[in-house]
Amino acid sequence: MLKRKDLLGLKDVTREEIEEILSTAEQMRKILDQNVKKTPHLQGKNVTTLFYENSTRTRTSFESAAKIMGANAINISASASSVSKGETLIDTGKNLDALLTDVIIIRHPMSGAPHLLAKNVRASVINAGDGLNEHPTQALLDIYTMKEKFGTLDGLKVVIAGDIKHSRVARSNIWGLRKLGASVTVCAPKTLLPACMEEMDVAVSCRLDECIRDANVVMGLRMQLERQQAGLFPSIAEYNAYYGLTAARLNLADSDAIVMHPGPVNRGVELTSEVADGEQSYILRQVTNGLAVRMALLFLLTRSKA
Amino acid sequence: MNLLIKNGMAVVGDALEKKDIYIEGSKIVKIGNDIDCAADKVIDAEGKIVMPGFVDMHCHLREPGQEYKEDIASGTAAALRGGFTSVACMPNTVPPIDNAALVKYICTRAAEVDNAKVFPIGCITKGQQGKEIAEMGFMRDAGAVAFSDDGRPVSDGNIMRLALEYAASFQLLLISHCEDKALAANGVANEGLNATIAGLKGITRAAEESMVARDIVLAETLGARVHVAHVSTKGSVELVRQAKARGVAVTCETCPHYFSATDDEILSYNTNAKINPPLRTQSDVEAIIEGLRDGTIDAIATDHAPHHVDEKNLEFNLAPFGTTGFETAFSLAYTNLVETDIIDIVKLSRLMSANPARILGIGSGTLAVGERADITVIDPEKSFTVDSGKFASKGKNSLFNGWKLHGAVSAVIVDGMEKEIKNYD
Repeated sequence: MLKRKDLLGLKDVTREEIEEILSTAEQMRKILDQNVKKTPHLQGKNVTTLFYENSTRTRTSFESAAKIMGANAINISASASSVSKGETLIDTGKNLDALLTDVIIIRHPMSGAPHLLAKNVRASVINAGDGLNEHPTQALLDIYTMKEKFGTLDGLKVVIAGDIKHSRVARSNIWGLRKLGASVTVCAPKTLLPACMEEMDVAVSCRLDECIRDANVVMGLRMQLERQQAGLFPSIAEYNAYYGLTAARLNLADSDAIVMHPGPVNRGVELTSEVADGEQSYILRQVTNGLAVRMALLFLLTRSKA
Repeated sequence: MNLLIKNGMAVVGDALEKKDIYIEGSKIVKIGNDIDCAADKVIDAEGKIVMPGFVDMHCHLREPGQEYKEDIASGTAAALRGGFTSVACMPNTVPPIDNAALVKYICTRAAEVDNAKVFPIGCITKGQQGKEIAEMGFMRDAGAVAFSDDGRPVSDGNIMRLALEYAASFQLLLISHCEDKALAANGVANEGLNATIAGLKGITRAAEESMVARDIVLAETLGARVHVAHVSTKGSVELVRQAKARGVAVTCETCPHYFSATDDEILSYNTNAKINPPLRTQSDVEAIIEGLRDGTIDAIATDHAPHHVDEKNLEFNLAPFGTTGFETAFSLAYTNLVETDIIDIVKLSRLMSANPARILGIGSGTLAVGERADITVIDPEKSFTVDSGKFASKGKNSLFNGWKLHGAVSAVIVDGMEKEIKNYD
C-alpha cells in the first residue's frame, strides 16, 4: 500500500508501488467511462497546482482529476503569483501549507525543485515536471496506456526517439519501464543524448531506422525549436529526415506497434501528421488515461495513511 | 613572550620525532629534546603532533562587499580553527581586488583583526574582466603575493599570454582557475551518469582540462610560471604530471572535497555539493590521491567558499557554487589520506604548509630554528562529527556537515602568540 507523502519521480518508487497506482487508475478509468463523471474521493481536500512553466495539458489534467473527485482545486501560475516579487520556493510552499493545502502539484524549470519543496512542506507534493529530471505522472500514464494495450510490459520493446538530453519524460519512462520489465532503446543524435545513458540499463542508438525494427511502442518526444539555435542539430529538415517518425519508418516496427507522444506534437518535426492521426496513434488515448492516473495518485496520496 | 611546546611529536624536516620547541618573541629559537628552560607559557603536547602552521593558498574571505557571507574577521577566525596560520585570499570580492589600495585595505584589516595572517591575491585583469592586465607591480608592492582572476578565468588566450609574460618580468605568480566557460555551458554538476540521473546540466571535464592544457602550453612556450588552482579531474592530474616531466614551471593544488567526495553527493540535490569545479567520479578521486602521493599535486588548498544560508537553501540551479573548507580541511586530509596510509603526516605537512608557502614565496611553512613561529598542534586521537552550525565561519554551507572525522586542531600559534580557538565540543 502506497505510504509515501510525495511522488517526486519514478526513480525512487518500487515496482509494487507503480503497480498499485496502475491498478487504482484502472478503477478510476471506469468512473471516467460513466455518464456522470463524479466521485467524492477528494471531497474536502485542497489541491493546488503550482506551475512555474507553461502547461496546458498537464495542468488541466490535474485540475480535472481533482475536480472530478470533488476537491477544491486552485491554480497558481508563476507569472500570477508572488514569485515575480522574489519569494523563495520554500516560502511559497510554507504559505500553501498555511492555506491548508493537502496536495501541491508543482512544475518547475529546475531539476530537484519539487524535492526541495517536499522537504519543507507538510502537504503532499506531486512532481508535474522538473527541469530535465522527471515527469512521473506522464510516464505513469504512458505505462498505463501500454499495459492497457499489451496486457503486460514484460519483454515489451519500447523505442523513445527525440531530444532525450532535455527530456524529463524520457527519464521517468526509463525508470518506470525498466522496473516493469520492458526493454528501452533511446534514439537521437549524440548532441541530444545525455552522458552515460547506456549505464542506465537502456540501449542507445543514433539510427532510428535500425532500432525501430520490431518495436512494440514508438514514443516521439517534442523537439524544442530553440535547440536548433543552440547548435544541437543543423535544421528541422535534417532532423526530420533522420529522426522523424514517418509512416515508412513506422512500417519497420512491429505490425501491432503503437505510437505515443507526450504532446504537444510538432507536426512535421518529430511525427508526420499521417502518423500522429493514424490508426496506430494512441496519443489522445494517453490524454484520457492521464486523467485516471492522476485521479489514482491524488486518491492514494490523500487517503488516510493509518 | 616566551613559549615552550613540550613532549609533542614534531614534524621537523623529513622526520616526525619527539621534540620540544622553544619560541622567543615571534621566532623559533630552539628545537631539541627535553628543553627545560623558563617560559611564560608551556604547552604540553603529550600525545599530540606539532606541525608547521597550515598555509591555505586559495580561499574567499568575501570582504569587501559580501560581508553577509564572510568577512576578514570571521574568515580568519575560521582559518585558525582549522589550523591555518596563513591564508591567501582570492580577489573576486565586490569590487574585485584589482588595485594597490584594495590590497592595502585587506592587509590593514587582517592586521587589525590579528587572527591568521592574510596574503592577498590580486586580479590578473582589471575588474576581473579579462580584457586589460591589472597593475600587478603596484599590487605586489602593496602586499599581493599572487594574481588570479579566480572564478572568471582569462578566456582570451592572448590576454593570458601577455599576463604571463608581464608577470614573468616581475617574477610574479599567476594562479589559473582553469575553466573554459563556453565548454562549461552553464552546467551545474559533473557531466556523467549522476548528472544524467538527476537531470542536472553537466559540465564536461574538457572545460577544465582544455584550459589546464592551454595554460601549461603557454607557460612552456613563454618560459613562464603558472599555478593551476583546484585540480579536480584525472585528466588534469595527468596533464600536470606530463608537463612537470618536461620541466615546465607548473605547480598545482587540489582541495579536500576532490579527494573526499564524488558527484554521488548531488543525487539528493544537496546544494552544498554544488562546487566549481564540480565533484567528479571515483576514478578522479583515485587519480587526485595518486597525484598527491606522487608529488604531481603540490598543495592542498581549501577553496573555502562561504555563502549565506538563504543563498544555498534554493533550487540547485539557483544556489551559488562552493563549500566552506577551513574548519574541515585538515581533518579530511588526516582521515582520508593519513589514516588510510596513503601518505604520512610529514608528507601531509608539506602539502599543507611548506609547499604552498614556497609557491607563494611567503616564507616559513617549516619548523626550524630562526623561522617564524607559526605552529599548529594536532590531536590525532580526537574524533568529531562536523557541525557547521558551530563553525567560526559565517558560512555554514559545508558539504561535510554531519561527517565523522578524525584528527583535530588543538592549538594554533601565530608569530609566537598562541591564538584562542573555539572548541568543537
